[in-house]
Amino acid sequence: MAPLAFAAAARSSSALKFSFLNLARQALNGHQGWPEQWRFPEPKSGYDAIIVGAGGHGLATAYYMAKEHGMRDIAVLEKGWLGGGNTGRNTTIIRSNYLWEPSEAIYGHAHKLWHGLAQELNYNVMFSPRGVMLIAHSHHDEQIFKRHIYANRLAGTQNEWVTPEQAKEFCPLLNIDRSMRYPIVGAALQRSGGTARHDAVAWGYARAASGLGVDIIQNCEVKGVNRDASGAVSGLETTRGPIATKKIGIVAAGNTSVLMAMAGVRMPLESFPLQALVSEPLKPIMPCVVMSNTIHAYMSQSDKGELVIGAGTDAYTSYSQTGGLHIATQTLEAICEMFPTVSRLRMLRNWGGIVDVTPDRSPIISKTPVPGLFVNCGWGTGGFKATPGSGHVFAHMVATGEPHPINAPFTLDRFRSGALINEAAAAAVAH
Amino acid sequence: MLLIRCPYCEMERPEVEFRYGGEAHLVRDPASANDEEWSAFLYLRVNDKGAHAERWRHVAGCGRYFNCVRDTITDKISVTYKAGEARPEGM
Repeated sequence: MAPLAFAAAARSSSALKFSFLNLARQALNGHQGWPEQWRFPEPKSGYDAIIVGAGGHGLATAYYMAKEHGMRDIAVLEKGWLGGGNTGRNTTIIRSNYLWEPSEAIYGHAHKLWHGLAQELNYNVMFSPRGVMLIAHSHHDEQIFKRHIYANRLAGTQNEWVTPEQAKEFCPLLNIDRSMRYPIVGAALQRSGGTARHDAVAWGYARAASGLGVDIIQNCEVKGVNRDASGAVSGLETTRGPIATKKIGIVAAGNTSVLMAMAGVRMPLESFPLQALVSEPLKPIMPCVVMSNTIHAYMSQSDKGELVIGAGTDAYTSYSQTGGLHIATQTLEAICEMFPTVSRLRMLRNWGGIVDVTPDRSPIISKTPVPGLFVNCGWGTGGFKATPGSGHVFAHMVATGEPHPINAPFTLDRFRSGALINEAAAAAVAH
Repeated sequence: MLLIRCPYCEMERPEVEFRYGGEAHLVRDPASANDEEWSAFLYLRVNDKGAHAERWRHVAGCGRYFNCVRDTITDKISVTYKAGEARPEGM
């Protein structure tokens, strides 16, 4: 068959699988025949369910609703471009060593799904369980980390204590000199933690969801939530016209309070800018992820070679999607202290994302006082790691109307009942 | 970094001299509050885009709390005023 015929055959397939055979076929045509990864549909007048927010969590929700709950008439609305919010702005760290059982269940659920995700989506999300090491700088850190390790062990979550020497063996770049301003006294190491390619996670879920018939509608900002006489949701006002639906799932991270206010619901959330930076690209020098909550820095290396560095949140609530330079400076000082080798590196880019932080630093995956309105938010500074698990349980909730056992404790009502899930010490970003 | 005018010191100083104190004008009334009101006082926040009334404390200066109206999209501060004063109209 001539290359052109191959190309025509390739184009006729709406959801072309990534396989060795297709790769070889497309190669013969200079890779000109690959179809678009997802459709760009016009919004219909109504859907069975609408997810607001096409980040990783929202797209995963739509994907699992279609795949596991047989729903096809679903739209995902996105005010910008898909994966352009915190999904494309985070530092891609994956771990599950949280303190409380409900947290271990949900982050552990996500951790399991990460392992098979590339196969499931037929999309390389570049999941790399290269190990995540949380550095302890004081006796207090050591006590807290060991408490986490023991709790994790009881829950069957892998997490271990390592000495400074063992930490250096695991990450040779690490400075364990006792003359440091905040010397390293040890570390909690989750060997099964690691990173994934954040954009690929959004793209993979978008492609898979679109292939199952989900309409992903970008450049479509929600301007209002319509409710019927009984108070239940009846649709959304958007910049691309009104869309009717009986079920809405809000998955909008930093913008959740604004959207929920449209439905008359006040949220226990505050939105803060969180910053990250990347350095100029290097040959591989950093074999794992290292995080320090105490002096506030964390670093890993992307497959492109850039060192990916996470800074802290600004002190005040903001939607600016930038952060104060003094926050980034403080982080770079800590990075230079922990990794003196990189002190002469230039930083290539820095940026901010808006994270929605709950009072107990645990997410809200919940029904709301408004019938038909569901919310998945409050992932704060650490939502990326939870993407598959979050989408999986939220899909169950939006599809069936009832919580999945794993997300049942993460209610909105816990802030009234007092059944908080305090993960302030497990969240690696101090805020 | 923000440049914040302390209404007590009557000086503009860099943000690092201050500590953020969260949403302003929250009314605390434990004696009469029911569960809903108490939960709202503790946890529910406006967290809106646009003008936001908030508290700051001048920790490296006079040490006092005061209020501030800042736009949460541009981060531009329109006014700062002393604790106990009402939010200026139109701000």
